[in-house]
Amino acid sequence: MRVTDMTTEYTTADGRRIGGTVMEMKNITLRFGGVEAIKNISFDIREGEIRAIIGPNGAGKSSMLNVISGFYVPQDGEVWYKGAPRPPMKPFEVAQQGIARTFQNIALFEGMSVLDNVMTGRLTHMKTGLFAQSIWKGKAEQEETENREVAERIIDFLEIQAIRKTPVARLPYGLKKRVELARALAAEPTILLLDEPMAGMNVEEKEDMSRFILDVNDEFGTTIALIEHDMGVVMDLSDRVVVMDYGKKIGDGTPDEVRNNQDVIDAYLGVSHD
Amino acid sequence: MPEQLAFTIEVFLNGLMAGVLYALVALGFVLIYKASGIFNYAQGVMALFAALTLVGIMEGQVPFAHLINAILGTDVHHFGWHVPAFLAIGLTMVVMIVLAYLVQRFVFRYLVGQEPIILFMATIGLAYFMEGVGDLMWGSEIKTLDVGLPQGINIAIDETTYGWFGYGFFIDNLDIVAAIIAILLVTGLVLFAQYTKQGRAMRAVADDHQAALSVGVSLNFIWILVWSLAGFVALVAGIMWGAKSGVQFSLSLIALKALPVLMLGGFTSIPGAIVGGLIIGVGEKLFEFLIGAPFLGGATENWFAYMLALIFLVFRPQGLFGEKIIERV
Ligand SMILES: Nc1ncnc2c1ncn2[C@@H]1O[C@H](COP(=O)(O)OP(=O)(O)O)[C@@H](O)[C@H]1O
Ligand SMILES: [Mg+2]
Repeated sequence: MRVTDMTTEYTTADGRRIGGTVMEMKNITLRFGGVEAIKNISFDIREGEIRAIIGPNGAGKSSMLNVISGFYVPQDGEVWYKGAPRPPMKPFEVAQQGIARTFQNIALFEGMSVLDNVMTGRLTHMKTGLFAQSIWKGKAEQEETENREVAERIIDFLEIQAIRKTPVARLPYGLKKRVELARALAAEPTILLLDEPMAGMNVEEKEDMSRFILDVNDEFGTTIALIEHDMGVVMDLSDRVVVMDYGKKIGDGTPDEVRNNQDVIDAYLGVSHD
Repeated sequence: MPEQLAFTIEVFLNGLMAGVLYALVALGFVLIYKASGIFNYAQGVMALFAALTLVGIMEGQVPFAHLINAILGTDVHHFGWHVPAFLAIGLTMVVMIVLAYLVQRFVFRYLVGQEPIILFMATIGLAYFMEGVGDLMWGSEIKTLDVGLPQGINIAIDETTYGWFGYGFFIDNLDIVAAIIAILLVTGLVLFAQYTKQGRAMRAVADDHQAALSVGVSLNFIWILVWSLAGFVALVAGIMWGAKSGVQFSLSLIALKALPVLMLGGFTSIPGAIVGGLIIGVGEKLFEFLIGAPFLGGATENWFAYMLALIFLVFRPQGLFGEKIIERV
């Protein structure tokens, strides 16, 4: 049976529970002037799964992630979140709704330490306003302590304790990617969007990152949508894959289904767009 | 103790006090520049506007009285009440927050992503617009501002230094109060930036807009916030300058002195603004006293700060504390 046809919960071979649809893209079209970066694409993301978007360079993958996170506004189509159509939203509003992300070109706070970067991931959870903070010190302190604990737990989880206090600007590329993941995780998001989390890494770093992604999904039950350029990496990682090419969706299904899809094979082997 | 040395120390201390004011105006610049990349030429006019508004509210002046009278043929000028200083300061702060909102909502919202020079030009326009509005709202006469700060020579310092040097220093109480308020203000701002939710969000925006958005920070809100904070700093500077020299339109000229301060301290550094302000304050007073008056015919305070800034520009363009500028090739 095709997993994509299922509407009810199921359990994966490795024992993770996959729930119903949490996000659905309906007929999304995005244009930049004359360039159609996304052409009428629909797909869904289910609770608890690792959903991959793959495709050659320039296929429109990052654009799709930017539509989900509110950085780009599509000309056509709807984004459904938790069963309701989402009104047009600014990126910060999307973040406040529990959707955290990383960027293909890393967007960290270069002037801050690793810990401070991860703490900014807690901003959406900081409830106490300015006024309350100044007159109601006890509550603010308690909140600060809780946020610190979450941040430290994630720092431990991603094994970056040793660089907690290091200014991010001094870190090598691979570690920056990990800090960015830590910051996104600190938001305890409903959906985590990762744009090429393994790009530019060496083999060992890629293996570490894959393991972290799997562990995050497994331990916190976080729904993850990730973009990968390299087809091989993604196959072991994801439950379902959307394949894009020239702004069109050319495949959607389990890694096995996608691997055997003729359009996908053509896109990757037949014509190279790079 | 040679008299010359005692004089020099006195000049030094007075220079520090003058520097506090420069530092405050520069601080307002830095706040906005860090968070939005806007070089706010209007910072000095904001201080003027705040001081005018404060006096107007305290004295129960009818805003836009000339305009109202001209249109309606009436002759109203005062409400006939006086507002206590602390309440008037609070109300003026509300006006500054409204101003911050209006500036963001009707000007800079439409200029997001524009070249720095365009943003700069917008603030020049804003400066003259605000000067005009200030004039129209409150009139252009010189006003005295008395919010009850102590004024006049500090007797304790006068007597102590007389005991030490045989010469009593003239330090104005107002300057001492100004220095204390400035220290409190800066401490408060630093604590705010380090430990509050909004302060963290502010630092996030100052560092990277895209990343800030991705962690749920509204750029628009933060920009209104920093303009409000700059308005608050402007209010404090306006109160001090107004109490010292009266509220007059030349107040906006102190903004120009903040420019050399920023070149010294760097445009993105809060400590830089403070230290830069003090260096310029002390530097120009000492230079005038030691070299300017005896050898150059005086009035060097008009240009000394700019000359110092020019020297800095040549040898350390990023300022004392600014981030090092590395050319990417
Ligand atoms: N901000 C933008 N402005 C103009 N064109 C863009 C922008 N972002 C993406 N594009 C175009 O959209 C297409 C898809 O790009 P992108 O989504 O980055 O692809 P991918 O992430 O799959 O490599 C490309 O042709 C790219 O040039
Ligand atoms: Mg991309």
